[in-house]
This record gives sequence, C-alpha cells and structure tokens, in this order.
Amino acid sequence: MEKITVPKPKRLRRNLIILTVTFLILGSAWFAGFNIFEVIGNLYKGSRLLGRMFLPPDLSYLPKIIPPMLETIQMALVGTFVGAIVALPTAVLAANNFIKTKWLHVPLRFILNIFRTIPAMVLASLFVAIFGLGAFSGVVALAIFTFGLISKLTFESIEAIDYGQVEALMSLGANKMNVLRYAIMPQILPQYTSYTIYGFEVNIRAAAVLGWVGAGGIGQTMEHNLAWRNFDKVGTIIIFTFVIVLVIDLISAAIRKRLV
Amino acid sequence: MDKIIIKKDNKPLMKMLHTLYYLIVFGLIFWGFSGIEYKGIMQTAASSLNALLDGFINPDLAYATNATVDGLPYAILETIAIAISGTFVSAIISIPFALLASQNIVGQKVSKVGKLIVTMIRTFPELILALIFISVVGPGAPAGILALGIHSIGMLAKLFSEAIESMDLGVKEALESCGGNYFEVLFRAVLPQVSPELISYTLYRFEINMRAASTLGLVGAGGIGAPLIFAIRTRTWPRAAVIIIVLVITVSIIDQISGRIRKKLV
Repeated sequence: MEKITVPKPKRLRRNLIILTVTFLILGSAWFAGFNIFEVIGNLYKGSRLLGRMFLPPDLSYLPKIIPPMLETIQMALVGTFVGAIVALPTAVLAANNFIKTKWLHVPLRFILNIFRTIPAMVLASLFVAIFGLGAFSGVVALAIFTFGLISKLTFESIEAIDYGQVEALMSLGANKMNVLRYAIMPQILPQYTSYTIYGFEVNIRAAAVLGWVGAGGIGQTMEHNLAWRNFDKVGTIIIFTFVIVLVIDLISAAIRKRLV
Repeated sequence: MDKIIIKKDNKPLMKMLHTLYYLIVFGLIFWGFSGIEYKGIMQTAASSLNALLDGFINPDLAYATNATVDGLPYAILETIAIAISGTFVSAIISIPFALLASQNIVGQKVSKVGKLIVTMIRTFPELILALIFISVVGPGAPAGILALGIHSIGMLAKLFSEAIESMDLGVKEALESCGGNYFEVLFRAVLPQVSPELISYTLYRFEINMRAASTLGLVGAGGIGAPLIFAIRTRTWPRAAVIIIVLVITVSIIDQISGRIRKKLV
C-alpha cells in the first residue's frame, strides 16, 4: 500500500511574517511615543473639553452657521461635478482596453496617481496661496482630488467590462466611437454615477474641514471659534456638521445601493 | 421573419420621475455654482506660481537630508508610525463593531443599530477627533494615532461586516451543531474564514491613513503635516516642494507594496 505523506505546512515563513508585522507595529508605537496607560490616565481631561463643548452647546449660534454650512455643500457639489466631468474622458483614455497605445495611458495613470497621493488639504493650502482665501480655492482642490479618485475607479471599471459586447459591435463594423457609445458607456454609466455620488460623500467630509487652511466652508468658522476658545459654539458646529454629513451619507448610500 | 423589438421604458410616470431627477440634480449643481464666488486670481498669483515652480526645481535638499528630529526623514517616519499604529488600533476595535453590525451574527434588528453606530463613527471628522485627543494626551503623535484609530473604525467595521455577511455559514453551523460555544465559533469558524479579507481591508485602510496622517499635523497631532503647512503658509516653497515630493514618493511606494500584498491575499 502506498503511504500517504502529509506535507508539513511551511511554518517558518508564516512565523517570520507574523514576527515582522509585530515588530513593525510595536516599533511604530514606540517611535510615536504611544503609551496606553498615559491615555487612560488622562481620559478625564478629554471629558472636560467635551463637557465644555456639548454640555450644553450654544444652540443660539445655529442660525449663524447655516450660511457657511450651505457654502460647504455648494463647494462639495461644484468640486464633485467639475472633477467627475473631466474624469470620464480621462478614464476612457487611461483604460488599456479601449485605446491600446501605451504612450498615452501609462503617463496618464502616472499623473492620476500623483493627484491621488496629495491629500486634498495640502492641495487646498497650495491653492489658497495662489488664488487667495475663500471657497474658490477649496473647490479647485476638491475638483482635482475628485478627478483623480473617479478617474481611477472608472478606468478600472472600463477594464473590467464584458468584452463580448465590444466584439459583437466590432464584428458588425462599428467604429471606435460607436463601440464607446453603445458597448462601453452603457456598461460603466451606473458604476460611474455611483462613484460620483461616492465622491460627493467624500467631498462633503473634506469640504467641512478645508476651512482650516482658509479654503472656505464651515471649517473656517470652526477654526475661528476654536482660536477664540468658544468651545460651546464649536460644539454646535460639530453637532450640526455631523447631522448634515450623516443625512447626506444615508441618502447617497441609499441611491448607490439602487444604482449598482 | 420575426422583427426584433426593443422594448423601451415608455411609462409616462417613469419618464416624469426621470425628468424630475435630472431637474433636481441640475438645480443642485446650478445652486452650487451660484454660491462659489470667483474673486479673480490675486495679482500675486503669477509670481507665487512662479516661486512655487521654482521651489520644485530647486527643492530644499538640506532639509531632506537632515537626520535630526527637525529633519524630513524623522517627520516622514513619524507619519508612517502614526498610520501603522492607528490602523492597527482601529483594526482590533473594528472586529467587535463589525460583529455587532453583521446580520448573520446578531440578527436583523441589532445589526441595523450596529450599522448606524458604524456610520456615525465614519461621519465624525478625524481632525475634530484629533483636537479632542490633543486635549487628552497633549499635542503630538499619540493624539494622531488615537484619532486615526477611532475614525478608521467607521470604514473598517463596515467592510468587515460586509465580509462576514457574505461568508459561507456552513462552518459556523457545523461548529454550533457540535456544541461549540460562542467564542469557539468566533475564533474557529468566523474569523479564520474572513481573515484574508480582513487583512486586505486593513491594508487598504492603511493606505488611506498614510494620507490622513500627513494632514493631522495641521492641528498639532504629529507627522509631516505641521512642517508642510507651515512651509506653505510662510511661502518657503523650496521646503514645501521637497516635503510634497518625498510625501508623494513615500505614499506611492506604500501603495504599491500594500497593493501587491492585497492582490496575493484575495
């Protein structure tokens, strides 16, 4: 009878990985000076600040923060719209299955990657230095960031489409534009719309804090109040922002669920 | 021969609804544009753009090679350390939250509450969390770690719970039918099955946290953000340029590595 030999699992490699990861985590906690006991010991200080913010928040301040909140929403809307409009043609050019010239989509992807690596906050502070204080700088930053995000997600969707429809159209003698219009677009439009709405969600959250660097919206109001140590007003702003973002998140999640 | 008829959605009610959707969307966008006033580019814009480009051509290399606590390498390492620790903290805390939000573990009603809690955590801006934690542990990297650790729960717990909800329930039921208690089911059936996805999502969040950690410095929570914003505000472009270049390279490398690992995992 043949012997059945069960190969021993390679434990060495697994243990090495676990060791490296543990070392990385502990090392970075040590490097950053993180001490869990210090955190627990000082928690009462945080509760003091929270008490000054939320017990009670200055609700009479609410009417005054509605205009900056509306500005925040407008910034997110415009930033998402502009970014998404530019992203669609870029994504078509960056996908490697529609246009097969390498010299086009390789540099395009490189640029898109760079746009995505720079945080929106850093972009905003750069544009504040160029365009001056105000919502316009924030919108430009959001548009560029959204452009990078949606282009990437969309070109990945284009590369993952069902190629049968493209081949069917090609076999009938359709040209590139017809293939794009009748085979690619119908397949990716729901996903593209969903990404755009997702981008809007991200942008609302980003727009709410861009004011820290002077790029307009509710963040600017909050920064002023923090500088003046009006913590009860800050509490109101936090609660209001939280409610608005939560409502928009829930609505957009519901729409996205129906789309895809 | 039969004619091929493509059935179009011609119901008047649907058409009206679609028109209404379009009207709402365009109305919103129009309203958005009406609120963003374009004050014109500042007169200094051209010169500051020139100075910015000049900074990128002649970056502050002395800062990039300064190996002391005030130098760029230290700040970048601190940023990475904040991102790693913050992600780890949140991955651990996310597991109970994810279980609480999973329909096949706790049932329909409880999972709805759990999902709402997770969404609420996600919507709370991390900069504000950072401010709160600065009042607890003082300014510095630990505040950043805590802010990321709490904020990331919102996304990780959501993704984790989706992974748990779509897993194969057979193993869990088998263990339950053998009399396994709750923790045995959790550690021998649920977690082993979803662990590749959990690790993959955690790595993905680590990529995001790398970017977030580089802006937390704005409020004093450590990392590269503080020197970067300071350089931009004082228009020290050579220094701002070198920080942005190094940041982009670091984040790209980390993205590449973590993307490779994620591809192997799932």
